Amino acid sequence: MADEKDREEIIVAEFHKKIKEAFEVFDHESNNTVDVREIGTIIRSLGCCPTEGELHDLIAEVEEEEPTGYIRFEKFLPVMTEILLERRYRPIPEDVLLRAFEVLDSAKRGFLTKDELIKYMTEEDRVSLCRLGW
Amino acid sequence: MGCSSSSTKTRKSETSLKAALIIQNWYRGYKARLKARQHYALTIFQSIEYADEQGQMQLSTFFSFMFENYAHVHKEELELRKQSLESEQDMRDRHDYVDLIDVPDSYNGPRLQFPLTCTDIDLLLEAFKEQQILHAHYVLEVLFETKKVLKQMPNFTHVQTSPSKELTICGDLHRKLDDFMIFYKNGLPSESNPYVFNGDFVDRGKNSIEILMILCVSFLVYPNDLHLNRGNHEDFMMNLRYGFTKEILHKYKLHGKRILQILEELYAWLPIGTIVDNEILVIHGGISETTDLNLLHRVERNKMKSVLIPPTETNRDYDTDSKHNKVGVTFNAHGRIKTNGSPIEHLPKHEWEQVVTIFSASNYYEEGSNRGAYIKLCSGTAPRFFQYQVTKATCFQPLRQRVYTMESSAIKILKERVISRKSDLTRAFQLQDHRKSGKLSLSQWAFCMENILGLNLPWRSLSSNLVNIDKNGNVEYMSSFQNIHIEKPVQEAHSTLVETLYRYRSDLEIIFNAIDTDHSGLISMEEFRAMWKLFSAHYNVLIDDSQVNKLANIMDLNKDGSIDFNEFLKAFYVVHRYEDLMKPGVTNLG
Repeated sequence: MADEKDREEIIVAEFHKKIKEAFEVFDHESNNTVDVREIGTIIRSLGCCPTEGELHDLIAEVEEEEPTGYIRFEKFLPVMTEILLERRYRPIPEDVLLRAFEVLDSAKRGFLTKDELIKYMTEEDRVSLCRLGW
Repeated sequence: MGCSSSSTKTRKSETSLKAALIIQNWYRGYKARLKARQHYALTIFQSIEYADEQGQMQLSTFFSFMFENYAHVHKEELELRKQSLESEQDMRDRHDYVDLIDVPDSYNGPRLQFPLTCTDIDLLLEAFKEQQILHAHYVLEVLFETKKVLKQMPNFTHVQTSPSKELTICGDLHRKLDDFMIFYKNGLPSESNPYVFNGDFVDRGKNSIEILMILCVSFLVYPNDLHLNRGNHEDFMMNLRYGFTKEILHKYKLHGKRILQILEELYAWLPIGTIVDNEILVIHGGISETTDLNLLHRVERNKMKSVLIPPTETNRDYDTDSKHNKVGVTFNAHGRIKTNGSPIEHLPKHEWEQVVTIFSASNYYEEGSNRGAYIKLCSGTAPRFFQYQVTKATCFQPLRQRVYTMESSAIKILKERVISRKSDLTRAFQLQDHRKSGKLSLSQWAFCMENILGLNLPWRSLSSNLVNIDKNGNVEYMSSFQNIHIEKPVQEAHSTLVETLYRYRSDLEIIFNAIDTDHSGLISMEEFRAMWKLFSAHYNVLIDDSQVNKLANIMDLNKDGSIDFNEFLKAFYVVHRYEDLMKPGVTNLG
């Protein structure tokens, strides 16, 4: 029992260090804050893949009551630790990613042209995003 | 019928949309990881640079230590000091010296006409683009003239701007006027296009003298419109470490020493800073809470060895808070800078609305590492910032390639640090490795690395590039030293000795150069032994004197009792095994 608690403490401690490293590298003024626009990059660099919607929610969670444009490490750390412990926002498995490309490549050529990629990435659709749960 | 076909269509577009979203999501992650890697690489560069600066400070104190403790070297140090002091007689003699240097007819480089005009600036720009070298005669003459004018100037230059006369402020150049980008982008200096260059024009590159020439000539042509501030690299000790001295001695084999001498004098006369519109202070290295302008105005700047070390006894620490500021542009939007006659000597911190740091050397660490910037100022309007990057080849490289280049470069430099501490690191690892398994936890490995190397780096994030990690997440710590080793100049040399000499090679080079006052490249065995004794005492290096002596004897190839120290130091170098330089990158989904 105690052993397991120790192990969890160690894991949390390691997560803390990992998160600190990822955070500090964007902390340009060395004052434990980062620009809110870098939060997405930081979270993703730690191996998580939230959608834009999920990211917005996260930012709201770590922002100050009166948004300053900066996120403080003290607020970010607990939230990020939870995410890592719960293994939230896991990246999409490679085979799913491959299938996604194959869906767009209807002619089964094995590639997409630059124009096609642009078209698919920027096209708006009448199907609302909510319906897809994204 | 129609219904089902439209629902298939809807389903199909739903799938496409989902696919697109998946790809977008993956790509954001991919890009973020690239960006993070880029930042990690930058952190490595900055950390090492900072450590080097600390090393430079330690070297300065070593010189004082040397001066106090060794009568033998005492004489040498006096020679050094004498060089920096100047006498009228000396100066007159030196000026005559310039006339004695003939420019042969066979010389194809640019020929300057004194008094200088803007034609000469164009001439130099063209010539330098063609990789030509300016003849020593002209170099010396330009330096003399520049020094003469600088001597007349106060410690701070006052500049006024107006809507038709915007001022451009540039930070560190470090020989990065690549293709003289700033002048092409923002125009050559002139009465209507004034510039301030905030120090650090030289070092770290192959064209420092050319940059300096352009700046000095422009200054002589437009003395009221081109302003130069002294940076911490306008200092002969920095030049020794960071390459400018080498560049000069290489390009000007005959007259290099003279050029170096006059350069040192010129540095001392460069103004400390520029004050714009009585509101804005432009100064290298920024300010601290105790910056006292009144004092700075009165200081005898030509007695300052370096812009970071003032000559006064009262310990005004000019660079305490500004370690990371390469250059400071301080804006005081509300009031005026209180100068002479004001009851308030020290500026209270809250009066400084803003401090801006400007850095103008793009690709400073590596191709694609960063952009440079400059500021355009005009009274009454907000300052405008311009960024640029001299890219040539990298412009067309994808982000992934650019990041890889930077990262490789950074890791390579870091590994060189690691190998130079192999003995100390191994000892530290083994101390932690109670079970003698050859493995440590990531945490333990990171702890050792940080402690021994003294570099505050994100070790965990960098670990995959530096060591082998097994499937349990444990580090095989001896793999920190794989694929790289220091070449042993002689087989008998002990590893610790080799490592130490490799680690301190820059410092030793500077010390040797300082001792070698006639720039012959040789020092006597006696001088070497004396210097080494002091060095090992000051730097706490626990190496047997006899070992070093033995090594020196072996290196004394001519057996004439003198050591060619350049050869000596060059013998210690690092060999990388290139195939394994980079661990295979983390997969895209990693």
